[in-house]
Amino acid sequence: MKIIVLAVLFTISAGVAIAAPMNVQVRNGKVRATPSQLGAVVATVEYGATIQAGALQRGWYPVTTTDGKKGWLHESALSKKAIAMRAGTTDVTTGVSSDEVALAGKGFNEQVEAKLKKDGKLDYTWVDRMAAFAVGVDQIIKFRTQGNLRGGA
Amino acid sequence: MNARHILQMTLVLCLLTAMLFSGCETVREAGTKIAKDAGVISADEAESINRGAQAVEKTWQDLTPEQEYYIGRAVAAQVLQTYPPLDRPQANAYLNLLGQSLAIFSERPETFGGYHFLLLDSDEINAFAAPGGLILVTRGMLRCCENEDELAAVLAHEICHVEKKHGLSSIKQGRLTEAFTIIAAESAKQLGSEELASLTQEFEASVGDVVMTLTTSGYSRKQESSADAAAVKLLRRAGYPETAMITMLDRMDERLTDAGGLGFAKTHPSARSRADALRTTITGAVSAPDAVRQQRFSAVIKPIVTGQ
Repeated sequence: MKIIVLAVLFTISAGVAIAAPMNVQVRNGKVRATPSQLGAVVATVEYGATIQAGALQRGWYPVTTTDGKKGWLHESALSKKAIAMRAGTTDVTTGVSSDEVALAGKGFNEQVEAKLKKDGKLDYTWVDRMAAFAVGVDQIIKFRTQGNLRGGA
Repeated sequence: MNARHILQMTLVLCLLTAMLFSGCETVREAGTKIAKDAGVISADEAESINRGAQAVEKTWQDLTPEQEYYIGRAVAAQVLQTYPPLDRPQANAYLNLLGQSLAIFSERPETFGGYHFLLLDSDEINAFAAPGGLILVTRGMLRCCENEDELAAVLAHEICHVEKKHGLSSIKQGRLTEAFTIIAAESAKQLGSEELASLTQEFEASVGDVVMTLTTSGYSRKQESSADAAAVKLLRRAGYPETAMITMLDRMDERLTDAGGLGFAKTHPSARSRADALRTTITGAVSAPDAVRQQRFSAVIKPIVTGQ
């Protein structure tokens, strides 16, 4: 009997370790082919999306997206906390308390930023230009290779 | 009211007081339930107590990545009101390439909106890290860097402030309590104009706290030294020599002394003491900078620091 109970417990804990739901906490989570920031991007996952993540390995989770794509996501892109989308979007589903919805989707958000802009209090022109500066993985690899930069991934 | 009733009420009140200060959600909710069941408070009052106490318990660590992003954008916009941007596309592209090449080796390589870098048209020696990853560097700070390795040291230090959320931690707790109270009270509904106005006020004040810390009062000595220590590790992981942090700080120390203690000197512990602290752990000899890195740095940064 004891052995059966232990076996069941082991199976449950192994199952949890193999795949547990995690939530994307960045706007565009990049799922990579290898556990490296320089790995090819195989899929992108949006803020608030829930995906299945395996056991953490040196800062990276092996993940499976809802459409079945497999790859790796850095731990800083994921959270165990539920991240509900803002009220009024289709992502607000049952199972999320109103408090979580409120704290995730409201507060200091684009609604507040829009009011500041409307009131003429802050000019975001250069913030938007700055946020548009994009650097690709290929550029970084070339920059590092040419500059003789050899670091751990 | 009989003795049993008085005892019951006293118990409930003691429990409620303890719960409000205990920060324990389960205990608090159990307490408000007892009070409600005993008829001491109404169901609405119980809910209100729970929500209010939840808001009080929340700190800057409860701000979501999205909220951090919007605070960071406003902080950057406010800093840019005082320090105008330097519109030099080639130099800003280089700064972003260097910054991103470092950020991927940070312990927090991913933020809601990612890391972005911009030069500021100011001779003051300064650099600012807005929450979420918007990093601003003045022309004056570029003058403290003789090569790419030293500029990498400056950016690594700022990236580590973002990684450790030092900006958010400077927001006064009272503002967050107010904001979380407004948010909680409004539940999942759209904010009314009055609530939005109040929330915007708290948002502005929170942004003001961060900007004040970045530009005037500075982070704590402990936060600065933890950013320095993390920056050294980051440089090592990215393949840059750790000694670049010390040579950059030495150069900054010389320039800050000449500048009479403005800018960075006002908000940071002395560059001399920071360099000395790092010397106890970094023992390698300073090597000549890599030729390719020196060439690409000089091509875009030198014209800016010499005013060309």
